[in-house]
Amino acid sequence: MAQKKERLNEIGLSRADYKGKPSTLCLGCGHNAIVAQVIAACYELNIPPESLIKVSGIGCSSKAPTYFMDRSFGFNGLHGRMPSLATGALIADTTLIGIGVSGDGDTASIGMGQFKHVMRRNLPMLYIIANNGVYGLTKGQFSATAEEGLALKKQGQNRYVPVDMVWEAIAGRASFVARSFSGDPQQLKSLIKAGIHHKGIAVIDVISPCVTFNNEDESFHSYAWGKSHEVALHELSFVPPVRAIKVEYAKGETLEVPLYDGTHIILKKLAQDYEPTHRANALQMLEEANDRNELITGLIYIDPKQESLFDLYNLPEMPLNRLPVDQLRPSQESLDKLNQMMY
Amino acid sequence: MAEKKQNPKSPQRRLSGINEFSINIGTPNGSGSQTANLTLLRAIFKMGIPVSGKNIFPSNIQGLPTWYKIRVSQAGYTGRRKEADIVVAMNPDTFTEDQEDLVEGGLFLYDDAIKDPINRDDMILGAMPVKKLVREAKPHKDLRKFVANMVYVGVLAQLLGIEMEAIEQALEFHFKGKRKPVELNLKVIQMAAQWSEENLDLELPHRIEARDLTENAILVDGNTAGALGAIYGGMQFVSWYPITPATSLPEAMLEYAPKLRVDPETGQQTYVILQAEDELAALGMVVGAGWAGLRAMTATSGPGLSLMAEYTSMAYFVEIPLVIWIIQRVGPSTGLPTRTAQGDINLSYYLGHGDTKHILLIPGNVGECFDFGWQAFDLAEKYQTPVLVLSDLDLGKNQWMTTPFEYPDQPIKRGKVLWEEDLEKIKGDWGRYKDIDGDFITYRTVPGNRHPQSAYFARGTGHDEYANYSEHPEDWEKNLTRIKHKINASCSETPGPVILKQSGAKNGLIAFGSTDAAVKEALDYLEEDGVKLNYMRLRALPPAPEVLDFIGEQEKIYVLENNRDGQMHSILSLAFPEKAVDLISLTHIDGLPLNPEWIRESILQEEKD
Repeated sequence: MAQKKERLNEIGLSRADYKGKPSTLCLGCGHNAIVAQVIAACYELNIPPESLIKVSGIGCSSKAPTYFMDRSFGFNGLHGRMPSLATGALIADTTLIGIGVSGDGDTASIGMGQFKHVMRRNLPMLYIIANNGVYGLTKGQFSATAEEGLALKKQGQNRYVPVDMVWEAIAGRASFVARSFSGDPQQLKSLIKAGIHHKGIAVIDVISPCVTFNNEDESFHSYAWGKSHEVALHELSFVPPVRAIKVEYAKGETLEVPLYDGTHIILKKLAQDYEPTHRANALQMLEEANDRNELITGLIYIDPKQESLFDLYNLPEMPLNRLPVDQLRPSQESLDKLNQMMY
Repeated sequence: MAEKKQNPKSPQRRLSGINEFSINIGTPNGSGSQTANLTLLRAIFKMGIPVSGKNIFPSNIQGLPTWYKIRVSQAGYTGRRKEADIVVAMNPDTFTEDQEDLVEGGLFLYDDAIKDPINRDDMILGAMPVKKLVREAKPHKDLRKFVANMVYVGVLAQLLGIEMEAIEQALEFHFKGKRKPVELNLKVIQMAAQWSEENLDLELPHRIEARDLTENAILVDGNTAGALGAIYGGMQFVSWYPITPATSLPEAMLEYAPKLRVDPETGQQTYVILQAEDELAALGMVVGAGWAGLRAMTATSGPGLSLMAEYTSMAYFVEIPLVIWIIQRVGPSTGLPTRTAQGDINLSYYLGHGDTKHILLIPGNVGECFDFGWQAFDLAEKYQTPVLVLSDLDLGKNQWMTTPFEYPDQPIKRGKVLWEEDLEKIKGDWGRYKDIDGDFITYRTVPGNRHPQSAYFARGTGHDEYANYSEHPEDWEKNLTRIKHKINASCSETPGPVILKQSGAKNGLIAFGSTDAAVKEALDYLEEDGVKLNYMRLRALPPAPEVLDFIGEQEKIYVLENNRDGQMHSILSLAFPEKAVDLISLTHIDGLPLNPEWIRESILQEEKD
């Protein structure tokens, strides 16, 4: 009987310690599935909640951080301006794990500039795009990722070609780019874990259906379309450093990607023979999949060795925000010398 | 008294002579004239005579006209004068208008290659064979254009009596001790001086005579001073985006922070300076860093500030400390990006949507740029709010004299921040927006705090005392009212006004910022005119009680500012409605620093009415 009580992870925390406020998103919203997998991943990775910060922009997606990890610092910032907020905050303590949650409106439209620049700076953080092709909080306008020809109530037909966020991330030289689907929780969880352990920007474009405004079966961002068109590139697992690899794969069937901290991503090949280490190949693969009308998911590009933003500065071991004040003010003598120099 | 009033130009004439004159140098932009002009300025300063230098430059890299105005004043006046006693004309495009700036009987030095007509017969003329002298110095052909300006340095040195030793020192400072450029430039200067001695036989009313009035002074621009102040204030994070005339502030940090804030043994830095993709991101990063407990700042000008409005409004409401330096230029729109104004007072004071009103610091000289540089961080962290420091192009980009920078007389104060051990003591029982001390300032924690009860959710949406989302009317009202009181209470800590009273004066004058030098000079002239005024220089908003007291004591008060609409006048009129009818707005905006002549004439006119 006592055995049936709540299970604890290796740092003695229960799943409840990773929970947030009750979700106020619609019942069945894809974003709730993302929230659940963030909670599961952080619980399973034994992350102390205080070692993680969660940031977001504006929109339904950006409400998500409220619904996970109450014991973590969070900041619900401005529309399209999550990346800059995260940059400043993570520099203050580079030992923190950063999770940013954004949406297709928040990233692909108003936030495109900051999205591109946080890619090229390779800020170590997990950047989740909860992508549903529609503006939910303002009640059903087309977003920039909506497919051409999509029909929405009150909006008519979408006339513009969509932005592909995975393509944009790869072109923007992101060092970890993945796509997943709210309807594929196992894969999503593995990608979240890998992204957290990647030392650099880890983008996951999650097709996350909006059940209220954009879930017609033929819509590219619906559950039905995702279920019937998803093609996973590989079966993906994340392996912490202390664990021996339990599953034995036949030689040639797996690809092992070591991350900087001794963890590994194991990719078991499925139908396609795809190695996610070439930008040009990745873009070509995406184009071909697009022509075949497939929703490609999995780890699409990774460079685990790319220099991160923090590598560019010679920062002390102690986080900047804990430095004692005497290290922040130069001496009286230095000012006397400066005064001498000032003509 | 009456006779003086007849000639509004009298103060200028009185000031001409030994160690009292101004030089106006007209050159094409990008011709390297800045080196020549700074050499003159610094050499005169080295000879112990107070100087100031103003660069009137175009928004252009090469070709458009630029002017440099040097004010030499042993009386210590450093404001811009309208007319010049000496004009150096090196630019054919402005040859005619440059003649107009000269006082009667002044010296007009010009490049003899310029064949345009001389339109006045009341000038002392000096035609300089620039090309010939440069050729004789045999510089590398790529350098010819740049050393050409040294010809007027040499001629002026000889005519005015500027010592070669002082000039050499100035060159050494400019070229950071590199001998080659020092020698080449010095050679041209010496040849020009010799030519002047042999060929120009002019009787000039102006001379430089060595004094010891600058021994305890330094010469520096406001942006460098502000950057240094911030470095001594413990700046930890700077994100910025290039914009004239603010850029030189972060650039000064990039120059000095590695010397002052890097451990020489480990090479480790105690700060990060990051150039952002735009002003939206620059302030976003600063908000993130301020939230996470860093002393974070940015520097910008009007257009950039407009882009920062949304995050500033959020930082005000979420209560994030940060510092924004605003180096004002002329707007609206792109306006005159290389000219000076005081036109962003309203924008800064109320920056943001909804009910926002910020703490503004307004330095009036380069010394205060340094002081406010470090004080701004203490204020921002004490009140957990953006502090906006309002400088301008004239103060920020021009060379001013000041007494040496004074080391901060207060320790760094980080405000109400709870770390693990603090939370342990109170058993984690705290609310981010709960005012338990009754001073409107609440306690905060910062990301990185590992205590299980340390976290809170920062949000721009309505929130209760525990930072939970709330749409309750009473939560909204209570919170926003507390923030208002918090900002208003800051006037007990912000720099108070500087008040100069004259015995018997019934009327007052209020000014602020970079106009101080011109105002003080104008007040001296006005006293000679028989007009006495009490002078108050504002240094912060919201206004302190002393400001109200001063206004209350005067019969009428002139509010002087370098903008069109009298923005400070309207802020003060709203703050003190019972005296609003006695506040008289005096404004002028043409892109140039206010000059003492205009101030004097405007006040004489008002006093006559």
